[in-house]
Amino acid sequence: MSNILILGATSDIAVATARKFAAEKHDIQLAGRNIENLLPLKTDLNVRFGVNTDVFKFDASDFKSHKPFYSGLPKKPDVVICVFGYMVEEEIAGDNWEEAEKMINVNFTGAASILNIIAKDFEEKGNGVIVGISSVAGERGRQSKLFYGSAKAGFSTFLDGLRNRTASKGVHVLSVKPGFVYTKMTSELDLPGILTAKPEQVGKAIYNGVQKRKNTIYVKWMWKWIMLIIKSIPEPLFKKMNL
Amino acid sequence: MKKKVTNWGNYPVIHVEEKQFSFQNELSEINHIKGNIIARGLGRCYGDASLGDNIISTLKFDKVLSFSKETGEIECESGVSLADILDFSVPSGWFLPVTPGTKFVTVGGAVASDVHGKNHHVEGSFSNHVIHIKILLSNGEIVICGPNSNKELFEATCGGMGLTGLIISVKFKLKQIETAYISQKQIKANNLEEIINLFQEHKEATYSMAWIDCLKKGRNFGRSILMVGEHAKKSEIKKKDPLILPSKMKLSIPFNFPGFILNTFSIKSFNFLYYHKNTKRTIENIIPYEPFFYPLDSILNWNRMYGKNGFVQYQFVLPLENSHKGLIDILTRISKKGMGSFLAVLKLFGKQESLISFPMEGFTLALDFPIKKGLFEFLNELDKVVLNYGGRIYLTKDARMNSEVFWNSYPNINQFLSIVNKYNPEFKYSSLQSKRLISPKLS
Ligand SMILES: Cc1cc2nc3c(=O)[nH]c(=O)nc-3n(C[C@H](O)[C@H](O)[C@H](O)COP(=O)(O)OP(=O)(O)OC[C@H]3O[C@@H](n4cnc5c(N)ncnc54)[C@H](O)[C@@H]3O)c2cc1C
Ligand SMILES: NC(=O)c1ccc[n+]([C@@H]2O[C@H](COP(=O)([O-])OP(=O)(O)OC[C@H]3O[C@@H](n4cnc5c(N)ncnc54)[C@H](OP(=O)(O)O)[C@@H]3O)[C@@H](O)[C@H]2O)c1
Repeated sequence: MSNILILGATSDIAVATARKFAAEKHDIQLAGRNIENLLPLKTDLNVRFGVNTDVFKFDASDFKSHKPFYSGLPKKPDVVICVFGYMVEEEIAGDNWEEAEKMINVNFTGAASILNIIAKDFEEKGNGVIVGISSVAGERGRQSKLFYGSAKAGFSTFLDGLRNRTASKGVHVLSVKPGFVYTKMTSELDLPGILTAKPEQVGKAIYNGVQKRKNTIYVKWMWKWIMLIIKSIPEPLFKKMNL
Repeated sequence: MKKKVTNWGNYPVIHVEEKQFSFQNELSEINHIKGNIIARGLGRCYGDASLGDNIISTLKFDKVLSFSKETGEIECESGVSLADILDFSVPSGWFLPVTPGTKFVTVGGAVASDVHGKNHHVEGSFSNHVIHIKILLSNGEIVICGPNSNKELFEATCGGMGLTGLIISVKFKLKQIETAYISQKQIKANNLEEIINLFQEHKEATYSMAWIDCLKKGRNFGRSILMVGEHAKKSEIKKKDPLILPSKMKLSIPFNFPGFILNTFSIKSFNFLYYHKNTKRTIENIIPYEPFFYPLDSILNWNRMYGKNGFVQYQFVLPLENSHKGLIDILTRISKKGMGSFLAVLKLFGKQESLISFPMEGFTLALDFPIKKGLFEFLNELDKVVLNYGGRIYLTKDARMNSEVFWNSYPNINQFLSIVNKYNPEFKYSSLQSKRLISPKLS
């Protein structure tokens, strides 16, 4: 039985992932901005699956708090899953730097900051698994995902680099690039059913990815090929497309 | 974004905004939604009870808040399903106090329809086991109500079809079991009279219901199979841990309906039970609880076989003294018309005192009608017959009854509405069903 730390535990994907790991009898540490919201989830996991659970306050964009947050954990995790993320319409962000900055701070800077701290500890111990939920939106820059996509691109690259740094030290890094997922983040969007995963599918894919020590997973296999095609479009053409 | 939403009968189909919420701190937004709102759980009501101008889905509000293995008391958010509860409660020796014929309903839905199970005649309906309910009223207040506090709100919420507000959480008591198995008995009845007598004879059985052949005419009119059951005792099960079901056993069903055409198959399995072992009038065996309570749940989406026009389920109850006569009358009309499903579920309810819930002492029959030309006219005719015998129609299955019939068959309707009026004065919470059944009478 290992100890799983979930960062951004109020998200729909996090709830599903926590339930999957708890169902496999792992203890769960839930971290997020809002403790009140995490408390029902804590008892839920405990009652349904009989595992130990605890909640911790964590704010991804409060970088200074990251070190004390991690050193304050009573028990260090064996697996950390970084789920938090932030997305607003790019039209809004284009005229409002605060929103754009928030997307960069949460999706990239905050994630890099906390995962670097945790990776250091894992490297010292010589084991541990780091899971980062990035996005296919980071595979190629486009107007409809300008700030969100580039922040996720930074995060994906960070995860690749971290994997390279930690591989020889017994620490594994898994990048998760879900295509569309039905969650709060996308509740107002009209998503194509066939390309859209349920949070439970993401949770299961993450669990399997950790078990099999995968490097990158896409949840729905089509996404890997879709992104290959999108990446192969020549830039002179791509820049004129309305994507 | 508008979404296509429809309940179990696939009729009616609407396009509406559906809002989800996951946490208590989002509740304040709900009452700010413009227009009418109605709660929706797993959409297992058949018609339009959980459809409306704006739908509040409770499915993400699904955390179990407490559970005592000592007392069996459990509290959960309204979007938790009965299936979820069984998953952890059965292995620790606790079962649902009352369960409908599918486990894919939410706790909120179970309260709002005040659902009944095969044990109604001995253990009542779901609300009889509720300790308290937390409910969000249309003025934004969150109130606790139960049999001992805010009693009128509690009574109007149980069976109130979501019209008093949004049920946030429910605390209720589970029932203790020794094993995850049911010791069941199936008994053949050659006609209606026999099955009615069999029900009376087995009044002591904890669980009972019957499948009845709606089309058989003549001597075997109303032939049926009664199914009675008890939770099996530890001593009856030769397993290491009798509270755990081997996972593959969950799917092996004696009354097994495969995915394709349910009707053909149910005919086959009914006939199998009826003729194949016809040397025996009674079959007794011990089976896992799932096939006993939820024979249809293993075929996901069996409701789609009725095609894209959908179907309605017609469930009525008749007072005991009129049940025999009334059933003959109604079954004769149905078989003459040839519109109904071959099989129907028959059950004997016990006494029930309640404000607006469906059950009353007497026989209840439920059968499916695929929607086609002339059906609604025919059902209007049946409504009148049901009304004449002093019976009523189950709201959670209804999609088409007219308000006159409703008003004349639920005797406490005025009292119910005066309570709704107090807590939901502008009908902020209202469904397509309440607009059909209640609004015409108010204007
Ligand atoms: C195969 C099958 C077998 C069934 N067998 C039985 C049976 O044996 N006995 C029986 O009694 N019923 C039976 N039913 C009906 C079913 O139990 C009820 O319709 C139940 O209410 C469905 O719950 P739901 O979560 O799907 O709610 P929905 O269908 O979404 O909603 C049903 C009603 O509950 C209200 N509601 C739901 N959640 C809330 C909430 N949080 N707050 C306020 N109101 C709410 C809705 O507004 C609506 O009026 C059966 C249904 C099926 C499909
Ligand atoms: N949905 C999709 O289609 C999709 C596709 C690809 C990738 N993703 C990624 O999947 C992850 C989960 O998203 P989701 O779809 O499940 O959406 P979600 O339910 O909206 O979750 C977003 C989560 O991030 C948390 N968060 C935001 N800012 C934070 C901060 N400063 N500090 C800590 N936590 C913060 C939120 O916490 P609060 O509850 O406190 O707000 C919430 O738990 C995100 O990284 C997202 O980018 C989603």
